[in-house]
Amino acid sequence: MTAVEDRTGTPAPEKEIGKARRRKEDARLITGRTTWTDNTVLPGMLHLAVVRSPVAHARITNVDVSAAREAPGVVAVYTGQDFAEEQGSLPCAWPVTPDMVNPGHPSIAVDQVNHVGEAVAIIVARSKTAAQDAVELTDIDYELLPVVLDMEQAVQDGADLVHDQLESNTSYHFVFDAGEMGTGGDTEQAFSGADVVVSRRFVQQRLIPAFMEPRSVVVQPQGDNYTMWSSTQVPHILRVMAAMVTGIPEHKLRVIAPDVGGGFGGKLQVNPEEILCLLIARRLGKPVKWTETRSESLMTAHHGRDQVQFVDIAADREGHVKGLRVRLLADMGAYLRLITPGVPALGAFMYPGIYKFPAYRFECDGVFTNKVPTDAYRGAGRPEATFAIERIMDELAVELGMDPMELRRKNWIDAAEFPFTTVAGLAYDSGDYETATQQALELLGYDELRAEQQQRRESNDPVQLGIGISTFTEMCGLAPSRVLGSLSFGAGGWESASIRMLPTGKVEVVTGSTPHGQGHETAWSQLVADSLGVPFEDVEVLHGDTAISPRGLDTYGSRSLVVGGSAVVKAADKVIAKARKIAAHLLEASEDDLDFSGGTFSVRGTPGAGISIQEIALAIFAAHDYPEGIEPSIDAEATFDPENFSFPHGTHLCAMEVDTDTGFVKIRKYACVDDIGTIVNPLIVEGQIHGGLAQGIAQALYEEAIYDADGNLTTGTFVDYLVPSAADLPHFDTGNTVHTAPGNPIGAKGVGEAGCIASTPAVVNAALDAVRHLGVSDIRMPLTPERVWRAIHQGGDGGDRAAAGSNAYGGAQTETTAGVSTDASSLGGDR
Amino acid sequence: MTPITVRVDDASYTDDVEPRTLLVHYLREQLGKVGTVVGCDTSNCGACTVHLDGEAVKSCTVLAIQADGCEVTTIEGLARGAELHPVQKAFHEMHGLQCGYCTPGMIMASIDLLKDNPDPSDDEVREGIEGNLCRCTGYQNIVRAVRSAAAEMRGGSDGTGDGSVPPASVSPAVVDTAAAPHVAAQS
Repeated sequence: MTAVEDRTGTPAPEKEIGKARRRKEDARLITGRTTWTDNTVLPGMLHLAVVRSPVAHARITNVDVSAAREAPGVVAVYTGQDFAEEQGSLPCAWPVTPDMVNPGHPSIAVDQVNHVGEAVAIIVARSKTAAQDAVELTDIDYELLPVVLDMEQAVQDGADLVHDQLESNTSYHFVFDAGEMGTGGDTEQAFSGADVVVSRRFVQQRLIPAFMEPRSVVVQPQGDNYTMWSSTQVPHILRVMAAMVTGIPEHKLRVIAPDVGGGFGGKLQVNPEEILCLLIARRLGKPVKWTETRSESLMTAHHGRDQVQFVDIAADREGHVKGLRVRLLADMGAYLRLITPGVPALGAFMYPGIYKFPAYRFECDGVFTNKVPTDAYRGAGRPEATFAIERIMDELAVELGMDPMELRRKNWIDAAEFPFTTVAGLAYDSGDYETATQQALELLGYDELRAEQQQRRESNDPVQLGIGISTFTEMCGLAPSRVLGSLSFGAGGWESASIRMLPTGKVEVVTGSTPHGQGHETAWSQLVADSLGVPFEDVEVLHGDTAISPRGLDTYGSRSLVVGGSAVVKAADKVIAKARKIAAHLLEASEDDLDFSGGTFSVRGTPGAGISIQEIALAIFAAHDYPEGIEPSIDAEATFDPENFSFPHGTHLCAMEVDTDTGFVKIRKYACVDDIGTIVNPLIVEGQIHGGLAQGIAQALYEEAIYDADGNLTTGTFVDYLVPSAADLPHFDTGNTVHTAPGNPIGAKGVGEAGCIASTPAVVNAALDAVRHLGVSDIRMPLTPERVWRAIHQGGDGGDRAAAGSNAYGGAQTETTAGVSTDASSLGGDR
Repeated sequence: MTPITVRVDDASYTDDVEPRTLLVHYLREQLGKVGTVVGCDTSNCGACTVHLDGEAVKSCTVLAIQADGCEVTTIEGLARGAELHPVQKAFHEMHGLQCGYCTPGMIMASIDLLKDNPDPSDDEVREGIEGNLCRCTGYQNIVRAVRSAAAEMRGGSDGTGDGSVPPASVSPAVVDTAAAPHVAAQS
């Protein structure tokens, strides 16, 4: 029996689950009593500054750090040669195919640099400013190599190579074919017999996670033990990986993620600087700190997306979909980081979306370029898939002359059909697309807006209106360990929790799912308060330190509540089971005669006889009187490994105004109804949806990491990389339907990525709906006024933001990070 | 090195600083006022916002020597003992923060905004805090928090202060009830 069923069956006091509890975390965050890694100061601590490559692809021919070594306050300077033998390779945990090519990823370049910003030397100094000053004193000579930036060129025969020891720029070729897997029919056959085939090429631009807290690492050596504080999403994964990379035994390494200021996948990584801090602390025997600047972060922390998608959809004239074919080029960047190759592969299973395709084939090439590696960014594979399917459904609707919602309805899985196994082999758990859609249409005021759209069309208004639809689902709750194994992922997907009942009746909950802004301390307290019947305030949630929380797989993939929360509930069940034996003993009753409700065991039929679980905690601490043959403890630990993913879904609608004279787009209204299963804290859920929407809308309208022809990141500061401000975003009207997830005891499906996954195609579909009658069928993201204007007035998809082969921003001269221009720059030479 | 005397969060400090030292680095590294954080290096994000003689400034754009003789209030000096500033309270109440990294700057900027405009509309709040970036919240609950604090600071905890009907966006983000998950739509 699950905990949820327990609760529904017993008359408990006011339930915590479902309550909009204000967050426990806030108290320290709104008063500045925070523990960001960069706040850490240790006696004798040294500061690192990283000398980074100003060129995208070159052999290092000479490294002169002698002047830097003499600089005031500089304790040591290291180059790649100093660590060549001991640095190993940064780990890639996801070899998506058996023959995937991984060139290895040094933390510091030894003889070749493969992207701008790669570490080439490290200054160690007594102050941060002394270290930074000495960076300017290093002199490194580069022999330039051809720069590989464009994936479609990189996969051609005879293309320049990123890694000249490899045969090509292709890391892997991953295929999922439903026909071969037995989950669908033959795709080629489906296409050859189809009435209608629509083909499109979509570009998923490169994005930067842009968490607000720059990355920071502190390492303190104590004898042969090391403690690392890092601004990471994944202290547990980092510990295992750092031990394997550096050879420091795992039990000699403790990793702590203190307050962490956002991640969005960007801190799901084993970073070069984390390894370098460990190596340098080991070599010097002194504590060291590295904190990046924002420019370093944008340039060298991993990026996201960057795929070219070729999508074909087949249907009959009545609008029944017959087949889907997806070919991807996925930009790996210069190296494979933790799950670089796996991101597009994770998306592979989501392209069919909510629709009943009889045939499906997916193939993807992972391609090396001279850019910083890509890796997880909020949604990781699923936003790309959702964009592709929701965009092509609109294109198909246009081709068929059909209402886009009618086309979707005709093909989506009906509520009565759940659980439903898709053509990609996933068993969708629960949902009702029709109800969510109806509610979203009402929330938006769909009919009124359609009428206004018509009126603007007829009056030839310079500001046109469009409505965009995204009816999406995603796979969350990462992940069933056996499924990950079948996908060759290097770890499991379980999560761990333990509950310690303290003598005073207070409760410590230890979770392996490390938060960085999601509110686990609050939500887990609500879970435990309900399960154990203790006050919300009596629960403390501990996390993020491998010495306190030794087992865990951390936070990403909308997994924390679904998997980590379930482990907490399972642990609570075990606590209750252990306490029941003590209660029976103390109440001199049979276990079978005990009821547990509201935190108290009572004896059925004996009013007044009872003992609370908090009293039992004290009794078992004293341990004066407990049954023979059991241990004097009611503490418990549980590990939860889900058997299936969970599948949140929802309908997102965007109404967009497009100024046809200026190309300026403005979201008029955004409404969405999401089904994320059981809602533990509606306040947190709403916040997650809002934040996800902001990032999904930002992909559609604002953000793009742009490299110039030399491989310089020209969007290397917040001046150029447009993280939206409050003035750039609309009000969101949000709602929920609730179909609980059958796969976990809470019934939750996960909410962290929903808004980000669903919103991007809704926004782009809306803009296209506004101007399609002007002959526009695609506009490249982000929808800058320039691109929108060009698409309307010159045709095409708005094109690159810079003319091909030039520097970015229409050929404006850009400088490399160290102020060094290369021969390939139009002005050339040092300036 | 240049000597400066600064009053920060109601305590006086005299220190030698390099002329190039930014106020935020002085606060964090010499005074240990680590509640104020650095989020960028181009004065775009506003995470480092403090009050300098009562005006909000991005402390990464002020040299420490420019603060000589001035009074600085950081997020750490905002509460009066256990009594939080109304804007702090409202950020908590309206869930105006997630990871909390932008929060110190966002709160300091919002207080300055309300000083100039005690009753801002949604759009005026959005314009007023556009110099502060948040990556987590999508800003909607920050707007709610600022307007709710505005109402309280104007003297009515009912969210109006003048007896008129409160605007929808000032009502709590979601109704505080166990039934909330089954509420189909919440604005």
